[in-house]
Amino acid sequence: MTNKPTQQKDELVVKFVGDSGDGMQLIGTFFSDASALAGNDLATFPDFPAEIRAPHNTIPGVSGFQVHIGQSKIYTPGDLCDVLIAMNPASLKSNLKWAKVGATLIVNESTFDDDAIAKAGYTTNPLTDESLSNYHLVAAPITSLTKKACEEFGIDLKTVDRSKNMFALGMLCFITGRGMEHIFHLFDKKFVEKPKIKEINKTVFRAGYNYAETAEVVESVINVPAAAAALEKGRYRNVTGNVATAWGLLAAAEKSGRPLFLGSYPITPATEILIELALHKSLGARVFQAEDEIAGICSAIGASFAGAMACTTTSGPGLSLKSEAMGLAVMTELPLVIVNVQRAGPSTGIPTKSEQSDLNQALFGRNGEAPLVVMAASSPADCFYAAFEASRISMETMTPVILLTDGYIGFGSELFRIPKMADLPQIHPPIAAANDPNYKPYNRDANLVRQWAIPGTEGLRHRIGGLEKEDGKGNVSSDPLNHQKMVNLRRDKVLKIADRIPLQDVIGEEKGDLLVVSWGGTKGATLSAVQGMQAQGKKISLAHFTNIMPLPKNTEQVLSNFKKVIVPELNDGQFVNYLRMKFPHIKLEQYNKVQGLPFTVSELTEQFTKIMEGK
Amino acid sequence: MDKKFVTIPKSETPLTKEDFISDQMVKWCPGCGGHAILASVAKAFPNTGYKKENFVLVSGIGCSSRFPYYVNTYGFHGIHGRANAIASGVKIFNPHLSVWINTGDGDSMAIGGNHFIHTIRRNIDVNILMFNNKIYGLTKGQYSPTTPMGVETKTSPFGTIEQPFNPGELVIGSQGTFFARAVDTNPKLMTEVVEEATKHDGTSVVEVLENCVIFYDKAHEKITSKETRDNNQLILKHGEPMVFGTEKNKGIRYNPGKGGLEVVTIGINGITIKDILVHDQYSKDPGIHLMLAKMHLPEFPIALGVIRSAAFPTYNELFEVQMYEEQKSSKIKCMDDLLNSGDTWEI
Repeated sequence: MTNKPTQQKDELVVKFVGDSGDGMQLIGTFFSDASALAGNDLATFPDFPAEIRAPHNTIPGVSGFQVHIGQSKIYTPGDLCDVLIAMNPASLKSNLKWAKVGATLIVNESTFDDDAIAKAGYTTNPLTDESLSNYHLVAAPITSLTKKACEEFGIDLKTVDRSKNMFALGMLCFITGRGMEHIFHLFDKKFVEKPKIKEINKTVFRAGYNYAETAEVVESVINVPAAAAALEKGRYRNVTGNVATAWGLLAAAEKSGRPLFLGSYPITPATEILIELALHKSLGARVFQAEDEIAGICSAIGASFAGAMACTTTSGPGLSLKSEAMGLAVMTELPLVIVNVQRAGPSTGIPTKSEQSDLNQALFGRNGEAPLVVMAASSPADCFYAAFEASRISMETMTPVILLTDGYIGFGSELFRIPKMADLPQIHPPIAAANDPNYKPYNRDANLVRQWAIPGTEGLRHRIGGLEKEDGKGNVSSDPLNHQKMVNLRRDKVLKIADRIPLQDVIGEEKGDLLVVSWGGTKGATLSAVQGMQAQGKKISLAHFTNIMPLPKNTEQVLSNFKKVIVPELNDGQFVNYLRMKFPHIKLEQYNKVQGLPFTVSELTEQFTKIMEGK
Repeated sequence: MDKKFVTIPKSETPLTKEDFISDQMVKWCPGCGGHAILASVAKAFPNTGYKKENFVLVSGIGCSSRFPYYVNTYGFHGIHGRANAIASGVKIFNPHLSVWINTGDGDSMAIGGNHFIHTIRRNIDVNILMFNNKIYGLTKGQYSPTTPMGVETKTSPFGTIEQPFNPGELVIGSQGTFFARAVDTNPKLMTEVVEEATKHDGTSVVEVLENCVIFYDKAHEKITSKETRDNNQLILKHGEPMVFGTEKNKGIRYNPGKGGLEVVTIGINGITIKDILVHDQYSKDPGIHLMLAKMHLPEFPIALGVIRSAAFPTYNELFEVQMYEEQKSSKIKCMDDLLNSGDTWEI
């Protein structure tokens, strides 16, 4: 370790940016995992273009990764960064606005030739024209120093160029007081089958680390102490929202005894759930990559009819394609979990950017009166519990459930306290008993839930489908009064689910000046803003919703206890209008942003302050 | 691997067709080909020996798709075009079910064309009964993807200007391993091909040329009428020469010069029975099968019976082998194992 003076910091935000292919996601992940191993709490978010390799050195080709580490609880990947690592002019140009004034900029000077500077849209070299004088600029010839460090290996220039990210990582680890042991432990695992690459990376990393020390690029080393005090005791790991979703579904399959079936078609940003579940045949997961979105959900409905814990995963445009089949699942009253990892729309929109704009589609996007359950996950780790809960409700009530997550929490990661399976509730699907003489497909229990009669079971042969059903018997019926009755039954069944879900909780006082109402993936930002203002003595509280259809039974009460209520959303006002429809007498303010970007804590704080001050 | 994973439990007691008759009133029009298909299936099902609880019938939308209501098995009446996708999910989730798809030329050739070709390409072990009446019946008389060029229908008042699909050609082009054709006027042949379809491992497609008495009556008359059928039908039998005609003296010969099939008459120009092609339904090469499926009037008779029944690995068998291997070799046996795999640490 170094003798440099150490500067203690409670939290630190680092952003890695470079050309697609510069390996920013990789070193970002290494740094995050090493920080987690060192005991920090953290949240990460990758920020990459839809193109795999956009033209070299252009702004559309910039790929980024942000991590927020801390010794206290971390809820978001951070607004602005303390350290920006920029590997070329285009990445510096497009990301400087995300750096705090005074931030440390680690810049690869070797890439700042006239051509690349011009391509980025600079007229003069920003490293020499004094335009960065408000920052702590560390301009290092990273490419050429990497070349020198690699001389002993006698490798081609392409391989050398691909290792330069490790030089930057080495510099960062020196600056942030990270020892080498966690990084090298991660290298040993990651490159277990490529010993030569591992050695090159270690050498280049050391070179970067030593360069930062010898060249005295900083006056003091930043130290973010371990978060042990802020975190509940237990075993932890880092997890992305998409992986957590996949695991929540698998956990529900284990707890219900119904093997998992996934029918899905690849789509950004939901594909990682399909990829993750495809790995787990050993857990009995039956994964089918279908020919399209419609086949994805239809195969899942078929599997559900056959007795599976069935799910389909998608993103906005895919949810549109599944609409008709969702109605079929509503009509046949089969369990089905539809995970929608929302992205910026409409149409193809901005596939890699996040939004909350599919709520209306989830609530209303079907023909006929077709109510189903709508839920939303709040954070990467919460995706595990949300997926588990969505599956539990779906199976126990024989009702399709849409689980909304989004690209921001799907791709983002945070620390996850590993649960013990024994601590999760058992799931009890209403499976019909063989040879039950009283079995009728649409007989219902007190909660209006019908039974699940699984093909292969003796004495329960029956037919169901998309045509309206006769109450009880389930025969095809177009009788007017029966139709009315069935519409009411399907509606009431969904409304009764409010009895099974927790009451809405309020973070902060239950009465006050301002209630912030948020839902889904914005929780990190709204919670951080609200807690910040509470610390300043403001009478502000947060109600963050995960159950949207049906709403918790005390929703009206919760909303009525505050002088003002504001609903911030990453859409044009979908949840706020849903609440207005349900509770027309309650005045609700709204704050909306539809830029494909998450809320920053500072913009929310500013908005909440304004509204509290009556501006 | 010798072990066979995809098996269907057998009934302990012999079943009869009464075991498969449902309590629902059959609502097809009088004279509709559907009645004959239903009778043939009810006859074929008991002969499979499978437990009655292990049949699942899945359909889409259209007249054909009412079929599951009329058979006393587990049944699922889906949405337009999606029967093949729904049935794929049933079979992949539980390979021990005998899964049947009831579909039509609209359901599987038009709105569900994508699912049809991909189910076949994957060789999912399901049986597709496609009722081809060459018209949209339930929506009352619009042309379908199999309606012949030029036919006037409600939506082609001046005659269609579309080339129709030949379903057999589409099946074989989609890497199909089983294709058979039957006519609704020959229940015996239909029962036979349904039984052959059951025996086949992989996707089996049975095209039934079905008459719609209301919207396209006599669409198949030249093939099925008593007066013309002997000359216009070639009923294929594995291992037998492809002979047809009222006098049983016409046959199908492969003409290398032409690079295709031709109709010849035994006893004319020195043609003998030895010149006639012998049907090999099990040939893996689809060349002759495709030529047989494509034969059309008036140059050729229409090929009926099992045209192709080639043995290839099924999706379901390959799927179960992977499941078995992974469950045997993976260190992750339960969710606690997965949750604690990789990098974790104690706080």
